[in-house]
Amino acid sequence: MYPSDYRYTKEHEWVKVSGDTGTIGITDYAQHELGDVVFVEMPAVGAKIAAGKVFGTVESVKAVSEIYAPVSGEVTEANALLSATPETLNTDPHGAAWLVKIKLSNPSEASALMDAAAYQAFISEKEASA
Amino acid sequence: MRYLPKGAAERREMLDAVGAPSIENLFSSIPEQFRLKEPLRLPAAMSEQEIIEYFRARAAENSVGYTSFLGAGVYSHLRSVVTDSLIQRGEFLTSYTPYQAEISQGTLQAIFEYQTLMCQLTGMEVSNASMWDGSTATTEAVLMAERLTGRHRVLVARSLHPEYRQVLDTYTRNLGLRIDEIGFTGTGQLDANRLEGAITSETAAVVVQSPNFFGILEQIPRLASVAHAKGALLVVSITEGVSLGAVRPPVEADIVAMEGQSFGLPQSYGGPYAGVIATREKFVRQMPGRLAGETVDSTGKRGYVLTLATREQHIRREKATSNICTNQALCALAVNIHLCLLGKEGLKELAAQNIAKARFALDELEKIRGVRRSFSGPFFNEFVVEFPRSVKMINAELLKHKIIGPLPAGSYFSDLTKRGLFCVTETVSRAEIERMAAAIRDILAKPI
Repeated sequence: MYPSDYRYTKEHEWVKVSGDTGTIGITDYAQHELGDVVFVEMPAVGAKIAAGKVFGTVESVKAVSEIYAPVSGEVTEANALLSATPETLNTDPHGAAWLVKIKLSNPSEASALMDAAAYQAFISEKEASA
Repeated sequence: MRYLPKGAAERREMLDAVGAPSIENLFSSIPEQFRLKEPLRLPAAMSEQEIIEYFRARAAENSVGYTSFLGAGVYSHLRSVVTDSLIQRGEFLTSYTPYQAEISQGTLQAIFEYQTLMCQLTGMEVSNASMWDGSTATTEAVLMAERLTGRHRVLVARSLHPEYRQVLDTYTRNLGLRIDEIGFTGTGQLDANRLEGAITSETAAVVVQSPNFFGILEQIPRLASVAHAKGALLVVSITEGVSLGAVRPPVEADIVAMEGQSFGLPQSYGGPYAGVIATREKFVRQMPGRLAGETVDSTGKRGYVLTLATREQHIRREKATSNICTNQALCALAVNIHLCLLGKEGLKELAAQNIAKARFALDELEKIRGVRRSFSGPFFNEFVVEFPRSVKMINAELLKHKIIGPLPAGSYFSDLTKRGLFCVTETVSRAEIERMAAAIRDILAKPI
């Protein structure tokens, strides 16, 4: 379910690091909790985002939720697919529906995040207590 | 809502339930010196008959039979009894904000129709379900422009209604927004050259009212291109909606904020009115309030939903687009009904009547020696004239003739003393206009 080469946050974002590029998205758990996604608000190319800070919003039929940056860097690309078909976030959150690509300013930040097993355990615990 | 009377026994029961020895005890956290020691000074209870007598006496104090030439943001227009009888239906009158929106199909349909009419009138693509009033809608438009551009400076026409400006100042006092004013020329229109000189790449919005406070129509296309050249948004505020029956809608604007009072709402001491905010579809996510949409249900039948509400304060609290996007649903419904009764042709005819009467009144006034039109720009149903004497003095005399004269512009603009802002709508007859002009001629002919 959760790709083993991604890193995860407690706010349910993921990041995939390759070299100095980070690809950021939200997890399958997050999309499921949000429900039908109708709009995604993303930063402009060139914007600087900081780990732990809000960088965009996802709007579903139920609510508007903040997206927190898992790692810091400068936005190099925002996923244009999501402005036309935001519902892709519900069908392919770990793949086609990535949100932004950034040039990492501190690649070591990712290692502090959860790996797939830890994240799976984290959400299992959440679901058990719910 | 039921009125639930309570006596000593009920009070005791409630105090026991919360474990308080007395009502005074409930206020013990308020320091002694701030507590009221004596009873409130309220009149003694009255019987039903006494209350009826009391209000009859108050009603008899009302002045009747006066002809008014006041406008300046609040307009006297004919209203149909149909509007009042429809909005007083219990289904509409008693319902509050539809938090479980889709249960209230009738309410949503009414909102949807209102939004559609507002888009048709303003030339915009989307309208919300209504705001508090024209002044707060104008302010919300400015805040919206700030969010959309990420800029924090605003250029506001000096000819924006001074009270709208006050509301804007109150809202933005602690928001770090810098507001600069742009004056007007001899036409009464915004000084476009000054605007070009003042606008920078840090300007979020240019705010202009049309017809403006002096009744003058602004050159919207030109102002829009000046604003857009610097990446700023053009906010157009409209206090007199009836003008849209004759004037080209401000299609070049990015956000239109309007007061809906002219469409079926009585003047009644300044409210409640209905604020309109309409914009381009691409800006809809930053528009405050809610939006009703038309859709089909699972069997293909037409139905209405709250399409956009997720950024409202009851869902998003501190991160809502606005925390004061109170929806004037009942007033918006009155606007909807009034406009449907008028129809497209009716609105055009109404606007034409207003133009004709205002023009006639100005012509009559200009025949009087010493009376001059102040601004040369095109106007709708309001205009400013300059008198050789104080407007307040003239008005005091006019009152003796049961005429409520023009608004003294000097009360709002210190450089516009001796100028009166007249409003002439379809509610004033030709004979009344002639009587007013004759009275002013007599007043000015008398030695001071």
